[in-house]
Amino acid sequence: MSRLAGMIFKEKREQELTDEIESHLELHIADNLRSGMSPQEARRQAILKLGGVESTKQAYRERGTLPFLETFLQDLSFAIRQLRKNLAFAFTSILILALGICASVSIFAFVDAALLKPLPYKNPNRLVNVTESIALFPRANLSYPDYLDWKKQNSVFSSMDVWDTTGYLLSTSEGAQPVRGARVSDGFFRTLGVAPILGRDFYAGEDLPSAPHTVMLSYATWQNRFSGRPDVIGQSVALSGVPHTIVGVLARDFQFAPAARAEFWTTLHAADSCDVRRSCHSLDGVGRLKDGVSVQTALADTTSIAAQLEKQYPDSNRGQGAFVAPLSETIVGDIRPVLLVLLAGAGLLLLIACINVSSLLLARSDSRRREIAVRSALGASRQRLVRQFATEGLVLVGSGCVLGIVSAEWVMRALIRLIPAGMLSGMPFLQGIGLNFRVVAFALFISAGAAVLFAVTPILRVSLADLRDGLAEGTRGSAGATWRRFGSHLVVAELIIAMVMLASAGLLAKSLNRLLHVELGFHPDHLATLNVAASDVSYPKQEQVAALARKIVSNVSNLPGVESVGLSSQLVMNGNGNTDWIRFVGRPYNGEHNEVNEREVSSGYFATLGASLLRGRSFTDADDSSKPLVVIINRAFARLYFADEDPIGKRIGDTTLTPASIKQIVGVVDDIREGSLDSKILPAVYYPFYQSPDTDFGLVARTTSAPQSALPMLSGAIHQVDSGLGTVGESTMDDAIANSQTAYLHRSSAWLVAGFACMALLLGVVGLYGVIAYSVSQRTREIGVRMALGAQPGSVYQLILNEAARLTAIGIVVGLACSVAAASLMSKLLFGTQAWDIPTLAGVAALLAIASLLASYIPARRAALVSPVEALRAE
Amino acid sequence: MIEKADVWQGTLALMVLKTLEALGPLHGYGIARRIEQTSNNLLSLNYGTLYPALLKLEQEGSIASTWGVSDNNRKAKFYRLTPAGRKQLKKEAQDWEQATAILARFFSPSGGPA
Repeated sequence: MSRLAGMIFKEKREQELTDEIESHLELHIADNLRSGMSPQEARRQAILKLGGVESTKQAYRERGTLPFLETFLQDLSFAIRQLRKNLAFAFTSILILALGICASVSIFAFVDAALLKPLPYKNPNRLVNVTESIALFPRANLSYPDYLDWKKQNSVFSSMDVWDTTGYLLSTSEGAQPVRGARVSDGFFRTLGVAPILGRDFYAGEDLPSAPHTVMLSYATWQNRFSGRPDVIGQSVALSGVPHTIVGVLARDFQFAPAARAEFWTTLHAADSCDVRRSCHSLDGVGRLKDGVSVQTALADTTSIAAQLEKQYPDSNRGQGAFVAPLSETIVGDIRPVLLVLLAGAGLLLLIACINVSSLLLARSDSRRREIAVRSALGASRQRLVRQFATEGLVLVGSGCVLGIVSAEWVMRALIRLIPAGMLSGMPFLQGIGLNFRVVAFALFISAGAAVLFAVTPILRVSLADLRDGLAEGTRGSAGATWRRFGSHLVVAELIIAMVMLASAGLLAKSLNRLLHVELGFHPDHLATLNVAASDVSYPKQEQVAALARKIVSNVSNLPGVESVGLSSQLVMNGNGNTDWIRFVGRPYNGEHNEVNEREVSSGYFATLGASLLRGRSFTDADDSSKPLVVIINRAFARLYFADEDPIGKRIGDTTLTPASIKQIVGVVDDIREGSLDSKILPAVYYPFYQSPDTDFGLVARTTSAPQSALPMLSGAIHQVDSGLGTVGESTMDDAIANSQTAYLHRSSAWLVAGFACMALLLGVVGLYGVIAYSVSQRTREIGVRMALGAQPGSVYQLILNEAARLTAIGIVVGLACSVAAASLMSKLLFGTQAWDIPTLAGVAALLAIASLLASYIPARRAALVSPVEALRAE
Repeated sequence: MIEKADVWQGTLALMVLKTLEALGPLHGYGIARRIEQTSNNLLSLNYGTLYPALLKLEQEGSIASTWGVSDNNRKAKFYRLTPAGRKQLKKEAQDWEQATAILARFFSPSGGPA
């Protein structure tokens, strides 16, 4: 410590030493004089006895400070001087490094937030997602009776609970407003290990139909709707007309991604028609594993319970298996491959940046051979020289690291802002993303890696070159050739990486294009959509709901600019699911579950979407509850169940063919994409809306002009029918498709990887330019001699371009192989595109070849313009 | 060369501490003279090596220094033993006595290893 202080007070200390030695000499001289020496002799003897004053001072200094630190500071100031002498080099290197570090750190922050940071629950790695599994959907939903049996019979969970997302109509000062909610079983929050910050948790049994209706508020809801008043506890709030007592407020940092936007958390109150049926699956489960129980054991246990239930209830539970996976898997499983690909891309970009800078360093150290030789001749040890270069590398990395981290913070914010708000709220784990300890540690770690690389490069360089050679005037010795060989290896590596990244970007872009041009089965242009919610309390009877729906349709169709209107229980592309089990009248049945998407649609629905009717008729307004039940099937249904018959006129019903369920097929419509862009088409049945109307439905209107402008009018017309109706999710169909999660994930990964790839291409090509330009500068004399001996400029071009072409060719060929391998690794992100997609790979190879050719043309041209006389004279 | 200096400095430090214990606060020149005198001038001390040793002892906290005035009215830096230095001296003196006693046994006519 005092040594460190010694460095700071170095000058004061030196002065003190000088004083002390002065005083020592005076004392000694005085003694000598007393013993009878002449003044001259006295002084001479005293100095002789003291030893060299300078060496004393040096020994003293080395004791007084840390010599290593001191020479480091010397090296540092020398390094900064060197870099300032060549600002272009310094700026380029620091910028390239900062770019690489910034990209890696920003992406890593997302990886950290989504994949590394544990979920904010107690022992989150013991939490699993538990639900049923069927052939159609490996991760399906639980039915309430099944949940109760699983909860009771399992021996692997210390607790198991369920949740279900739902919607409520909340009456506010601005009219009825649909709000998101979640229904949970009584122990849900205890299973997660979270507690409310205000009020109490649900007590055991509070989810039974007999219990009073209670609700917990999310923190944001408490703040926004109840202005954060602590006296909300005990107050009553009407959700869809049913009064609920507020019993608790959840913590600010509470998050549950599967129901991220839920404002009101109520208990199940398993009372509605779905909850009591074993065949109606609407719940999702979370379990806490007992100590020592693995996910596999839990899966085996629940699977055996499911098998038991299948035997017990063959009608409802046939084919109902079990699904158990870590909860984090369910929450971040979708974005994991995207993030990993992006992290790999950023890492490759960082690698290419490091290679680029180290080849710059190498080229520079080569041009500093003379300096190195002089310094070693003056007594600098090899170790000292190496340390000098390492310090220069450290200065570069240090500056790049600081710049990279600072810009990463900014880039993270920008990236977060690019995520649509609706999607961001579904990913609560991204909240508070930023430079936390792990992210900074990661930044320092990669910087340390880069620093080591840059320290090693010149060591290699100094050891490669015979230092004495450097003193010889104008040597073109082995060192230049060594560097050329080594530098070319580096450039080939850069070109390979650039090729891999370009190919990945190309494949992702092609996937995105395929995805956005997937067959929808309808025309998305000029469609305005929204969802309508009516309160069950206000419209308790089916006829009332049907009348309401008719009124809404007629009101909206009378709007100017609206061509036609359709209703559906669930809008297109909302997701596969909401399925029904059907059975065919007059066909043998052995209890299998013919699972098909089920939608209730109004008469104008298919026409409004622009879906094409393949056979039979569409619904009419007359298809209501007074008429025989009818159904329209989609093409996939017809293909699967009526391969070589005409489906029109055939009849289907529920699994027991109850007379009230029998419907006649009247039409076949072409496949409409009900699920996400990348999901498969399932068989589907469409029932007339007015034969089984619902208080929650989607509305779609075809407009003559831009659909955006029709959106406000739509809600207006609906509220004219009843101001107590809620409308939500106003969007044009085009926007809904473009902003869908699938499209968004594909688009963001394609764009980010393309961005990385462009930078990689730039860096790779600049690296190639550097190598070729250096080679030309080293071979100026050779070229001069060749030209003096009669070589034409053309052959000089050829000489230089051949070298570039050789490097590029190796880069492209090896890069192609690596690209296919890389693309296979990210096959999860590819849609309708093969890893070896020939046009993409060929295009990318051509792009790289052209860019390389351009980069090497500049130095080749310089070489061809060399005047032989000057080239020879320059020596 | 550096290794030799280290060994030398080790014993030099002990001599410095002992001198300060015996004579109380003393300046560098006085310490050097005293060491030479104590050794009956058998030790020829290069005075210059003394100062880094003094600095080391001061950094270790065994001695402390203040500027003062010498007997013949000259400004000089005086070193004195700190309590920590006294303890250090006691310990090192013990170590030294033990080491010399062991060596003495090797060289005494009867005590050699059998």
